[in-house]
Amino acid sequence: MRRENTIANMDWLTVLMYLLLVFFGWLSIYSASSDEEVVNVFDFSQRYGKQIVWIGLALLLAVVILIIDAQFFSAFSYIIYFSILLLLMAVLLFGKTVAGSKSWIDLGSLSIQPAEFAKFATALALYRYLSSINTNIQRLKTKLVSVVIITLPALLILLQNDTGSALVYAAFVLVLYREGISGAFIVVGVFAALLFILTLLFGEVWVSAGVTVIAVLLFALFKKMRKRIKPLLAGMLFSIVFVFSVNYAYENVLATHQKKRINVMLGIEKDPSGAGYNVNQSKIAIGSGGLKGKGFRKGMLTRYHFVPEQTTDFIFCTVGEEWGFAGTSTIILLFVFFLIRLIVLAERQKSHFSRIYGYAVASIFFFHFAVNIGMTIGLAPVVGIPLPFFSYGGSSLWAFTILLFIFIKQDANRLNLL
Amino acid sequence: MGIFILIGLVFMIRLYFLQVTDNRYQHTAENIVLRYVTQYPARGRIKDRHGELLVFNNAAYDLMVIPRQVKAHDTALLCRMLGIDREEYEKQLQKAMHYSYYKPSVFARQISKSDGGLIGEELYRFPGFYLQTRTLREYPRPIAAHLLGSIGEVGKKEIEKDPYYRTGDYIGKSGIEKYYENDLHGKKGMKVLAVDVHNREKGSYQDGRYDTLAVPGKDIFISLDADLQSYGEQLMQNKKGSIVAIEPGTGEILAMVTSPGYDPNMLVGRKRSENYRALRDDTLKPLLNRAISGTYPPGSTFKMINALIALQEKAIRPQTKFNCMGPLSAPIKCTHNHKSPLNLEEAITQSCNPYFWNTFKSTLNKPGDVKQGFENWHRDVVSLGFGTKFNTDIPYEVSGNIPSRAYFDKLYRGSWNALTVRSLSIGQGEILVTPIQLANLVAVIANKGFYYPPHLLRKIEGKEGFPEKFTRKQVSTIEAKHFDIVQKSMLDVFEGQHGTARWYKMDSITQCGKTGTVQNPHGEDHSLFIAFAPLENPQIAITVIVENAGFGSTWAAPIASLMIEKYLTGEVKRKGIEQRMLESDLIHGEKEKTDNN
Ligand SMILES: [Zn+2]
Repeated sequence: MRRENTIANMDWLTVLMYLLLVFFGWLSIYSASSDEEVVNVFDFSQRYGKQIVWIGLALLLAVVILIIDAQFFSAFSYIIYFSILLLLMAVLLFGKTVAGSKSWIDLGSLSIQPAEFAKFATALALYRYLSSINTNIQRLKTKLVSVVIITLPALLILLQNDTGSALVYAAFVLVLYREGISGAFIVVGVFAALLFILTLLFGEVWVSAGVTVIAVLLFALFKKMRKRIKPLLAGMLFSIVFVFSVNYAYENVLATHQKKRINVMLGIEKDPSGAGYNVNQSKIAIGSGGLKGKGFRKGMLTRYHFVPEQTTDFIFCTVGEEWGFAGTSTIILLFVFFLIRLIVLAERQKSHFSRIYGYAVASIFFFHFAVNIGMTIGLAPVVGIPLPFFSYGGSSLWAFTILLFIFIKQDANRLNLL
Repeated sequence: MGIFILIGLVFMIRLYFLQVTDNRYQHTAENIVLRYVTQYPARGRIKDRHGELLVFNNAAYDLMVIPRQVKAHDTALLCRMLGIDREEYEKQLQKAMHYSYYKPSVFARQISKSDGGLIGEELYRFPGFYLQTRTLREYPRPIAAHLLGSIGEVGKKEIEKDPYYRTGDYIGKSGIEKYYENDLHGKKGMKVLAVDVHNREKGSYQDGRYDTLAVPGKDIFISLDADLQSYGEQLMQNKKGSIVAIEPGTGEILAMVTSPGYDPNMLVGRKRSENYRALRDDTLKPLLNRAISGTYPPGSTFKMINALIALQEKAIRPQTKFNCMGPLSAPIKCTHNHKSPLNLEEAITQSCNPYFWNTFKSTLNKPGDVKQGFENWHRDVVSLGFGTKFNTDIPYEVSGNIPSRAYFDKLYRGSWNALTVRSLSIGQGEILVTPIQLANLVAVIANKGFYYPPHLLRKIEGKEGFPEKFTRKQVSTIEAKHFDIVQKSMLDVFEGQHGTARWYKMDSITQCGKTGTVQNPHGEDHSLFIAFAPLENPQIAITVIVENAGFGSTWAAPIASLMIEKYLTGEVKRKGIEQRMLESDLIHGEKEKTDNN
């Protein structure tokens, strides 16, 4: 009875979009990783063959999630969260290093990346916590605990040298905002980030001078500001102290290779063989697609290993080269509709828990979507994070599937929870 | 929600400009084809310790084909130029199509420079075909084939392991070529060429904007002395066996000869696989490097080890005397005729079996518990470099065998004593050593107690640092003071009245040595000799084994002495001995004998 309910009440539109994205993703991997004229789709030594196995397992996971009780994840969220934390620590101790990040655990023939799974575990734990009766986001204690829940896994992942995955945790801020954290927090955060980047770009003296000039201008131009001279001065002084401490931390705390990575990201330093090179090759591949693209499996650039990481982080290049602008805009529209649909679903949730979880899901997908596609077309820094459902790899596909289907399950059961 | 739409819009606008309005990236002209030509770096060369070239590159071409671009052409002409028949032509084309329709395959490999020039001029007739420059390895002197190793096409497994390699690439398959592959291979580059419909290259695509340069491989200096190596190979001609010479102060290998061997040029180019099969099937096993893969019971040379251990464990003193009853001695007979009783120095010179049996027994009984005594003995032997591999840069090393206490406990169910394992006292029984381990032992004796792991690398051009494990000093458990008496008795082997190598004494160089005759249950004994020189400041430690050649003093000792003379003085003055060694044939005589049987 209950299962029939689930199937009947499930949001099939979301599931359909999920299946479409996974299917297009596989087509791209197939095209990018098959060299031969005649290929056996089920050749499991090749990436396209392996991905079929990963997809099959992901679908199985989705079914399992739909079958088990909706309360299960809310009840076990802390246990899942702490197991993942343990796993992340285990990775630091026993993990293997791939492409400079120590983020893989080797299980015989299979390697998994716990950082991918940490996302949904964090989402579960955070919202379990926020939805409990005695918390209130306006209270300091609640704020602090939320921040700790988010930063613990982020820090562990950062220690694995997997900056991209750690950055995903910034997406959770969006949810906190929806749940009532003061907008001033976000304004201050964005302002601090801006100062940080500007300091590295222009040096601490110029930025301090700039801050002073802005403060003076505010004071001179807006009458309202004259009444608030004290907070204005405090803000200015605080900013200047911040700018100098950023500079100090950058010079004395960071290691050379970390500095280099930041510099390349900000464009201070050119690194034609590293990040900059990838973006250049990627832009060429996408640009060569034209309006209609070169056709399925005709993309010469992506097939000739012209773009690094072409089945993982840069899978979008294959879409761009082979399907042209028609293909890329279709995929982007599909993603946007998918994200909007998630928000619509989140808003219609009756339970607090489900709603915040829905927002978390949408935020995580959005962050991945924006950063991944952004980096392939040179609009975002190159941080190695996958494009949901597209990039090759079991860990990320499974983690995204779990993340999504827990939400779909909750949505299907929203009426039962009354 | 607004932010989703906003970002989506930004992406689409950006993509519209990138893909639709900006057509820098599109090659609208349909008849222009891009060709991605791999730029193969020159492989690093290999030089000897004095910088003499041992391996260098010679240009050659591979004819490549991209099936998709092939158009009708004069097949007969192409076959004629390549020297192949129609059948072979079809076969290669099928193979290429099977591999990939889009990607280049090798159609004909290792075409000489001159043939390549001729084909290049006619290439416009054959769309889809082009020449790829490759390098062939060439060896100016036909020496050290086993050490230098060879290169060959990468296998499927190697490609899976390291994505740097693509089908058709070359990789070090053995020896130095394999061990230092990563330093030697350099880094491939890629050139993007525009090609028109007539298969003419129109030059770099977009002024080489997307080209990457190849980085040449690094040159490697190895510790071999090419002249000494070559001389050793000549001396070992028509003999089965090996020579290993080490510089005691560094562990650098000066020469490593295995015989019969082969000319490294045999495993190059189109004849590689044919020659390889022939060498593999040869009953004399020329592919085997006896210097590191051959194991032998060390025989009398091991008596020095037992002497050193007995001194270290305070089981005997140099003055300790034991009786010898000659052939009547028990449990081990003495085959030499000499005075009795005799002291340690005399016993080494005379190679007296009963003396070393008594020494060994004392060592084992010293702690009061035979098994504890045996463990001490075992630890001391291993500290001299036996029973284990050095694990440096010499491939296919084997570890030999020094039996352990556990082994005997199992074999005799726990009940055994010195008498049970007595054959160890004279270097027989379960003990097996390799020539390189024996050469290393000589280095330990010359150094009075320590060694550096024997290795071949001297320097990698343009690379800082040196593998730390090659320079890690290995200190044996034997104290320096105990080596004096062993060195003195080894000096007597050349300089003494009854020394077994007294015929090879030189006035200018003080040589120290020890004869060993290795019992061979399958035929005539092996002739073994170890030596180092000069005594005052050892420069070379050497082991020579000549299989089935009888006494050590007849063959191995003169070869070792000639090698020492060659290395230390640069030329050999003792022409008589040299001639006898160069001319003797111990293989084919023996072969006839067995053939007649
Ligand atoms: Zn005797």
